[in-house]
Amino acid sequence: MLTYILRRLLSTIPTLLVVITISFFLIRVAPGGPFDLEQPLNEAVLANLRKLYKLDEPLWRQYLLYLQGLVRGDFGPSFSSQDLTVAELFAKGLPVSIRLGALALTLAVFVGGALGVIAALRQNQPADYVVVTAATAGITVPTFVTAPLFQVTFGLWLAWLPVGGWNDGAVRNTVLPVLVLALPQMAVVARMIRAAMIEMLRANHIRTLRAQGLSNATIIRHALRGAALPVVSYLGPAAAALLTGSVVVETIFGLPGIGRYFVEGALNRDYTLVMGTVVVIACFVLVFNLIVDVLYAALDPRVRYA
Amino acid sequence: MSDAILTSDIGRSLWDDAKLRLKRNKAAVASLFALTLVTLLSLFGPFITGHAFDKVYPEYTRVPASLSAFPLPEQIQPAIERIASRVRAKAEAIEINGGVVKVTLVGPRAVDERGLAFFERSDAFGKPTILAREDEGRKLIVSVPIEYRRFLFGTDANGRDLLTRTLIAGRVSLAIGLLAAGVGVMIGVIYGATSGYFGGRVDDVMMRIVDIIYALPFIFFVIMLVVFFGRNFVLMFIAVGAVEWLDMARIVRGQTLSLRQQEFVQAAEAMGVGHGGILRRHIIPNVLGPVVVYMTLLVPKVILLESFLSFLGLGVQEPMTSWGVLISDGARNIQGAAYMLVFPAIFLVTTLFALNFIGDGLRDALDPKDR
Amino acid sequence: MFQAKTLFYAAAFATATLLSSTAFAQVTFLRGNDGDPETLDVQKGSTVTEAHLMRDLYDGLMIHNAKGEVVYGVAASHIESAGGTVFTFKLRPNAKWSNGDDFKASDYVFAFRRIINPDTGAKYANILFPIKNAEKVNKKQDGAKLEDIGVKAIDDKTLEITLERPTPYFLELLTHQTGYPVHEASVKKHGADYTKPENWVSNGAYSLKEWTPNSHIRLDKSPSFHDAANVQIERIMYFPTPDYAAASRRFMAGELHFTTDIPADQTKFLKEKLGDQVKIAPYLGTYYLAFNMAKKPFDDVRVRQALSMTIDREFIAEQIWGGTMLPGYSFVPPGIGNYGKPAAPDWAEKSPIDREDTAKKLLTAAGFGPGKPLKVEIRYNTTDNNRRTVVAIADQWKQVGVETTFINTDAKTHFAFLRERGEFDAARAGWIGDYSDPQNFLFLFQKDNTGFNYARFDNAEFDGLMKQAESETDLKKRADIMFKAEQIIAREQPYASVLFYSTKNLVSNKLQGFSSNLRGAYATRFYRLNP
Repeated sequence: MLTYILRRLLSTIPTLLVVITISFFLIRVAPGGPFDLEQPLNEAVLANLRKLYKLDEPLWRQYLLYLQGLVRGDFGPSFSSQDLTVAELFAKGLPVSIRLGALALTLAVFVGGALGVIAALRQNQPADYVVVTAATAGITVPTFVTAPLFQVTFGLWLAWLPVGGWNDGAVRNTVLPVLVLALPQMAVVARMIRAAMIEMLRANHIRTLRAQGLSNATIIRHALRGAALPVVSYLGPAAAALLTGSVVVETIFGLPGIGRYFVEGALNRDYTLVMGTVVVIACFVLVFNLIVDVLYAALDPRVRYA
Repeated sequence: MSDAILTSDIGRSLWDDAKLRLKRNKAAVASLFALTLVTLLSLFGPFITGHAFDKVYPEYTRVPASLSAFPLPEQIQPAIERIASRVRAKAEAIEINGGVVKVTLVGPRAVDERGLAFFERSDAFGKPTILAREDEGRKLIVSVPIEYRRFLFGTDANGRDLLTRTLIAGRVSLAIGLLAAGVGVMIGVIYGATSGYFGGRVDDVMMRIVDIIYALPFIFFVIMLVVFFGRNFVLMFIAVGAVEWLDMARIVRGQTLSLRQQEFVQAAEAMGVGHGGILRRHIIPNVLGPVVVYMTLLVPKVILLESFLSFLGLGVQEPMTSWGVLISDGARNIQGAAYMLVFPAIFLVTTLFALNFIGDGLRDALDPKDR
Repeated sequence: MFQAKTLFYAAAFATATLLSSTAFAQVTFLRGNDGDPETLDVQKGSTVTEAHLMRDLYDGLMIHNAKGEVVYGVAASHIESAGGTVFTFKLRPNAKWSNGDDFKASDYVFAFRRIINPDTGAKYANILFPIKNAEKVNKKQDGAKLEDIGVKAIDDKTLEITLERPTPYFLELLTHQTGYPVHEASVKKHGADYTKPENWVSNGAYSLKEWTPNSHIRLDKSPSFHDAANVQIERIMYFPTPDYAAASRRFMAGELHFTTDIPADQTKFLKEKLGDQVKIAPYLGTYYLAFNMAKKPFDDVRVRQALSMTIDREFIAEQIWGGTMLPGYSFVPPGIGNYGKPAAPDWAEKSPIDREDTAKKLLTAAGFGPGKPLKVEIRYNTTDNNRRTVVAIADQWKQVGVETTFINTDAKTHFAFLRERGEFDAARAGWIGDYSDPQNFLFLFQKDNTGFNYARFDNAEFDGLMKQAESETDLKKRADIMFKAEQIIAREQPYASVLFYSTKNLVSNKLQGFSSNLRGAYATRFYRLNP
C-alpha cells in the first residue's frame, strides 16, 4: 500500500511539470500585465517596475527562474498583494477554505446522504419527489443567487445571523456561507445516493438479507455500504471544487479564503499568484484522487493494490 | 453486412424500449414538454412581444413588472408638460380622450413647430397633428396619439423590455449549452473510444493527457479562453466544449474497454473490418446510451458555467444577453428590483430542471439492468 | 514642560491599555473599503483603497482636512522662496512616530530618496518629479544620485525642498500619499517586512495592529500622535467590500458604518431606505470616450463633434447611473484648484434636439448619411455600469444614424490595449485627478505623453500653451493659459467627456463630522462615533 502511494506521488511530478509549463505560457501570452491599470502608470515608473520584477527578461529565462524558485519552495511575491508572498497568501487563506469546505462537505454528505436514503426507501412517493425536486433545485440555482438571497432573508429580514464578514471564524459568521456552499453539493450527493440505493436495494445479496428476515436498519446499513462507493469517488473532485471554486461566496460574504485567487489571479494577471493557484489545484486534484483511490480500496474488497 | 443489420436491429429495439419507458416517466415527459415550451418561446416569442430586444425606451428605465400599459394615466400630463417646456411653451387645456391627447401649446413667441418632433421622440406618443394655429403661431392646438406599451417582466436599467430580453437570452443560453455540450461530447466520444479501443500504450498516453488536463485549474483555463476568444461567444463556447470532454472521454473509454471483449467486435475484427469501421459501426453506437445521458446533464452544466462567467462580468457581448447576464444583474438588485431576478431565474431554473429530469429519465430508460 | 507631556502620554497610554477591551469596544469604527490594499508600503501603493488607509496611518507635510482643504499636517508652517522653487517647512515640535521616536526632518530626506529610487518600484514616484533631480534619478539619467534629490534637512525640525521649476500646486501635491514619510530605522531593519503589524511604525493618528488579508485591517489610535487629544475614535476596522451590493446589505444590517461606494443601479432603493445616509458629492474625475484620431473617419473633427454632442449626458447620469455621476461636458471637472470654470464646448448649452440637428449636418458634411451610415465600435472594460452606459450612448447615436457595435474585455486586456495603442474607434476610459490642478487633467492630451494620450491627439498650439503654462508662476495668468488649452480640447473633442465622477458613500447616522469633499479624503481622525 505504502509503495503504491509513493509510486503514485512520484508519477505526479511529470504531470505537474507539464501543467505548470502550459499555464506559465498561457498567462504570459494573455494580453495585459499586472501593471496595466485603469489609471495608467508613468512610463519611467513602469520601466522600473518591469525591471524590478524581471519582466523585461526573455520569457524562457523567466520560466527557468520560476522553476528554479519553485524547486526551492519559493512561489515568488504576489503582484496584487505585494507585502505577501504567494506562499503566505495560501498559508493564510487555506485554513479558512479548508474549514468552510470541510463543513460544507460534511453537511453535504450527511444531510444529502440521509435525504438520498429517504428518497430511495420511498421511491415514487411524495417524500421522494420532494427530495428530488429540492436536490435538483440545489444544482440549478447559482450560488450568486442563493448568497444574496440568504443575506437578505437571514441577515436583514429575520436578522438571525450576520450578513457578512469573517470575524475570525466565529460560528455565526460561517453558517450562511457554509449553507450556500453546501447546497449544490448536498443536492449532488442526495441524487447519487438515491440512485445507488435504489439499485442496491434490488441487488441479490440485499434481497437475500431481506429474505433472511434481517431488520430494516441492518439492510439499509448493508445497502449503504455499496451505495456509498460512487459518492466516495465523487468526494475528491467535490473537495477540490469546494476549496478552489468558492470565489462567489467569498466575495459576497467577505471571507478570506483562497477561492478568490483562482479568479482574481487570472483577471489581475498576477502572474505569480496564477502559478500558485495552478500548483495548488494540481496538487489538490492529484492528492484527492489518491485519497479517493485508497478509500475506495478500503470500502470495496474487490479492489486490491499491489 | 449481416452483422450491421443485426446491430442496427438490436439498436432499434433498445431505443424503442427506452422510448416506451421514458414515456412512462411522468417527470421526464413533463420536463420534455417544459423544455420544448421554453425553446419555442425563446425561438418565436421575441417576434410577438411587440418589442425589439435591443430597443431602448429612455423614458421607461427600470419599470417594474406589471400588466398595466405605459404611459400610466397619471404620467401623461407631466410628459406633455415636459415636452411643452422643451419647445419653450406652456401646455394648456390638456384633454385625454381614448388614445388621443389634445393640447394647446402657448408660447411667449411663435411656437417652433420643429419642436413637435419631441412628441414622436418620446416613448409615450406618436406623430402629432396640428389642428389649429392661433395668435400668430403663439398658440398651437395639437392632437397627439398615445402609444401604449406593456412590459410584462418590466424593463432593465437601459429601458429595454425584459420579457423580450429573457426570451432572446434563452436562445443564447440554450445555443451555448447545446454547442458546448455537442463539441464536448463529440471530442469525448471519439477520444475515449479511440483510447479504449486501441488500449495498451496508446491508452496509457491518451489517458495521461486527460489526467494532465484534469489537473489544470478549470476556472483559470476558462478565463483565459474568455480573454482570447471573448469577442465571439460561439467560438468561446466551442472552446469551453473543448475542455468539457474529459468525463465523457473517461466514460466512453470504460465502455469501449468492455465492448472490445465482446464477441461481435472480435468477430468483426476476425472478418477483417478496419479499425475505423469497427469504431464507427460497433463501438460508438453501443456507447450512445450513456453519451446521451451525459449530454443532457452537460448542457445545464455549461449554462451554469456561462452564468458564473456573467457574474464575473465576462458574459456575452452587448446588445446580446443571456440568462446568466440577466440573473447576475438581478441578483445584485435582489432588494430594490426583485423582478429583474425572478423572471429570468424562472426560465433558467425551469430549463435546468427539465434537462436534469430528462437526463435522469433517460438514464433509467436506457439502463440495461432495469429491463 | 516637555517631560510633563511625555508623562501625560505615558499615563494616557497606560490607562488606555488597561481599559482596552471595554473602552475600545464601544468606539470601533467599522469602515468598508473598496478591497484589500495591494501593499501597506505607503510608497509603493497606487490605489484609492490604500489612500484611505494611509490617510489614517500617516501624517504628511500637508494633508486634507475633513472638508478636503489643504492644511498643515506634520508641518507647522512653511516659507516659499521668491521664485517659488524653494519650500522650507517647519515641522511640528511635538511630532512623533507611533513608537515614540521624535519625528525629524531627516526622516523625510530618507523617505523621498527611497520613493524616488528606481529600485524601490514606487508606482507613483512620478508625482514627486517636480522635486529637483527626482525625475533624473528615477530615470537614471545624467548619472544623478539619490543625494542630488532636492530634499534637505536644515535641522531636526526644518526641511527644505527645492523644485525643478515653480510648481503652483506643490503643496496640494504633498497631500498625495507619495508625500507621506516612512520610518527610517524600521525600514532599514525590517526591509519589506516593515509593513507587518509587529514591525509597524508610522506618524499618523492611527497605527497598524492587525491585517488578515481579505478579512480585515485593524488600526488603533496612536497615543503619540501630535493631535491625539482630538482624535475621538479609538479603533478602526477596515473591511474589504469589493461587492458593493453586499456592502450595502451589511451597512443596512449595521455591520458597517461607512462604505466607499454604492451600487449605482440601487441608488433609488437605497435613498428610499436609508435617506440622507446616502452621500453623493462631486469628485475629481472624468469618465470619457476616447476617439482614435489616427483612424479614419475619427481624424475628422466634424465626426468627433457630432458623436460627442449627440450623447445625452443628463440621461446617462440620472437614469443609468442613478445620479451617482454628473453630466460632463468639459474635460477638467468643475471645482478643481488653480482654475476657474472649465471650458465646455459651445454646444453644451444647446438643447438635445438642436444638438442632434447640428450633429446630422456635421455627419452629412463629413460624407455620412442614409445609405452610408457611420459605423463605430466602442471598446470598454466590462462592468455593469460601463455596459449600460455604452448601450445608452449607442441608442443616442442611433438617432443620428450611427451604427454602433461593442467589444467588451476584462480590464487588463482593455487598458493594455489602450496603452499599447491598439486600433479602436472609440474606447471608454476614466481619469481621476491625483492632485487638484488642471494640469493633471490636460497633460493627458500632450503629444509626448504617449502612455496616456489614447486619442493620439497632436496639436502644436495645445502643446505650446501647456509648455507656456508650465513656466508661468502667476496663478491667474496660468489659469487663463490652461483655459485656452482646454478650449482647444472642447473644440477638437479628442475625448468626449461623458460624466464626472462622484464620491458615493453610505455614512451611518452615528458618524459625526463627515463631510463629502472633492478629493474623497475621509480621514477618521476628524470624525466622532456616537454609540
